[in-house]
Amino acid sequence: MTILAKHAAYKTAYDMVRNMGIEPLSVRFDDVLSPTEGVLAGKKTILLGTNNYLGLTFDPACIEKSVEATKHQGTGTTGSRIANGSYDGHLRLEQELAKFYGRQHAMVFTTGYQANLGVLSTLVGRGDHLMLDADSHASIYDGSRLGMAEVIRFRHNNPDDLYKRLRRLEGVPGDKLIVVEGIYSMLGDTAPLKEIAHVKRETGAYLLVDEAHSLGVLGETGRGLAEQAGVEADVDFIVGTFSKSLGSVGGFCVSDNPDFDVMRIVSRPYMFTASLPPGVIASTLEALHQMQIRPELRANLMRNARRLHDGLTALGFETGPEANPIVAAVMPNQEIAVAFWKMLLDAGVYLNLAVPPATPTNNPLLRSSVSAAHTIQQIDTALEAFEHVGRQLGMLSADKRRVGAAS
Amino acid sequence: MRDDIASIFEQVLNRPVEITDDTDIVEDLGMDSLGVMNFVMAIEDFYDISIPLDRITQVQTVGDLIRAVEELRKGA
Ligand SMILES: Cc1ncc(COP(=O)(O)O)c(C=O)c1O
Repeated sequence: MTILAKHAAYKTAYDMVRNMGIEPLSVRFDDVLSPTEGVLAGKKTILLGTNNYLGLTFDPACIEKSVEATKHQGTGTTGSRIANGSYDGHLRLEQELAKFYGRQHAMVFTTGYQANLGVLSTLVGRGDHLMLDADSHASIYDGSRLGMAEVIRFRHNNPDDLYKRLRRLEGVPGDKLIVVEGIYSMLGDTAPLKEIAHVKRETGAYLLVDEAHSLGVLGETGRGLAEQAGVEADVDFIVGTFSKSLGSVGGFCVSDNPDFDVMRIVSRPYMFTASLPPGVIASTLEALHQMQIRPELRANLMRNARRLHDGLTALGFETGPEANPIVAAVMPNQEIAVAFWKMLLDAGVYLNLAVPPATPTNNPLLRSSVSAAHTIQQIDTALEAFEHVGRQLGMLSADKRRVGAAS
Repeated sequence: MRDDIASIFEQVLNRPVEITDDTDIVEDLGMDSLGVMNFVMAIEDFYDISIPLDRITQVQTVGDLIRAVEELRKGA
């Protein structure tokens, strides 16, 4: 018995997976060759679970800027901005983000996780009400616990349920903040943002959208779901991350709120952690630029997303409702999910194995995330592997294939 | 109120249940976290209340739940 014995239930579940000869948590890449290829146990493997939506991790311009900044300004800032001051890059990145979103203010955090912690714990406090989609990301739940606001969950993507809960709060003092995500990270479904914006207007609540998975992915110019749904004016705060489409690490919040900058002296996850190193800031700035001048990246991304989503659906797999870059195949149970994941890996395809409670239902998921950098050939290779393994595990009948292909 | 709660349990679990104030919702009824969430949301609909997350984490038994619902309805 040790101090960690309280987590025995989790350990038991993990040991069950290990007993099948698999260590999902210790996948170790010998090398990473490109945004879409790595070397695992000496074998070239297609990376299909990286969130590297625009494939910018190896972009020559981003790498060059990052190297240059590191050479000139060093490997780290070794402190927080409030204590040690900002580098020119932090301020420029904030200006560029504000400009990109057409907003007055932007603030950069050290990760997207910390952005949610820092923003949620600051926007609402004791006596306020935080309305969270039930399927919210862990960083949103954790942010809600860092503050003192009352936290109320509404049914996933259900504006009527949200409305009902806000109506119950009618006349109750305190600010109300609705939090939703652009694209949900497990099934790739988008929030019904038009309807949610309508509820927001009806009830006088504030609205925050976490565009972690939709920046550079959705909208005419890549500003995310708010842009795609045409409701940017209703969204009071946008949170996002650099760790997906921008290929680096870090988080941000943008807003037109006139008091925005007070967050810099009250938001603890902003104040009490080291700021991003110059090399990260520089590649992120360049990636933001590349994202804007190369709209074809988004077009390729969506082409690949549709190909994988429609391909899996045609094979007879149950997938998420929309063809977005996150494509998940629903597995009937943990044993099949683990075996399927392992067999895909043996076939040279790496993706994410997601098990409850991280998944929205009791089913495990094989979660892929598609990149603009995937070739059509790579997507087709992945589909062939899915078909092959699905048959071996008896998940796909010959019939289903025909039904799927005909529809 | 306990009868109403029992019938909501039965709807969510899809089987008959026997409950007393001391019934432990997770241990005795074998609910997982998703089951608990669906159950809580059904209770919220039935009584037209929202149970804040910190209140939900304080609820372990059926008796705790009844008290929480009563307090929230009074507060409303
Ligand atoms: C919806 C959502 N918000 C926030 C984050 C956190 O982002 P980061 O990786 O930058 O901490 C993630 C990703 O992990 C996410 O999926």
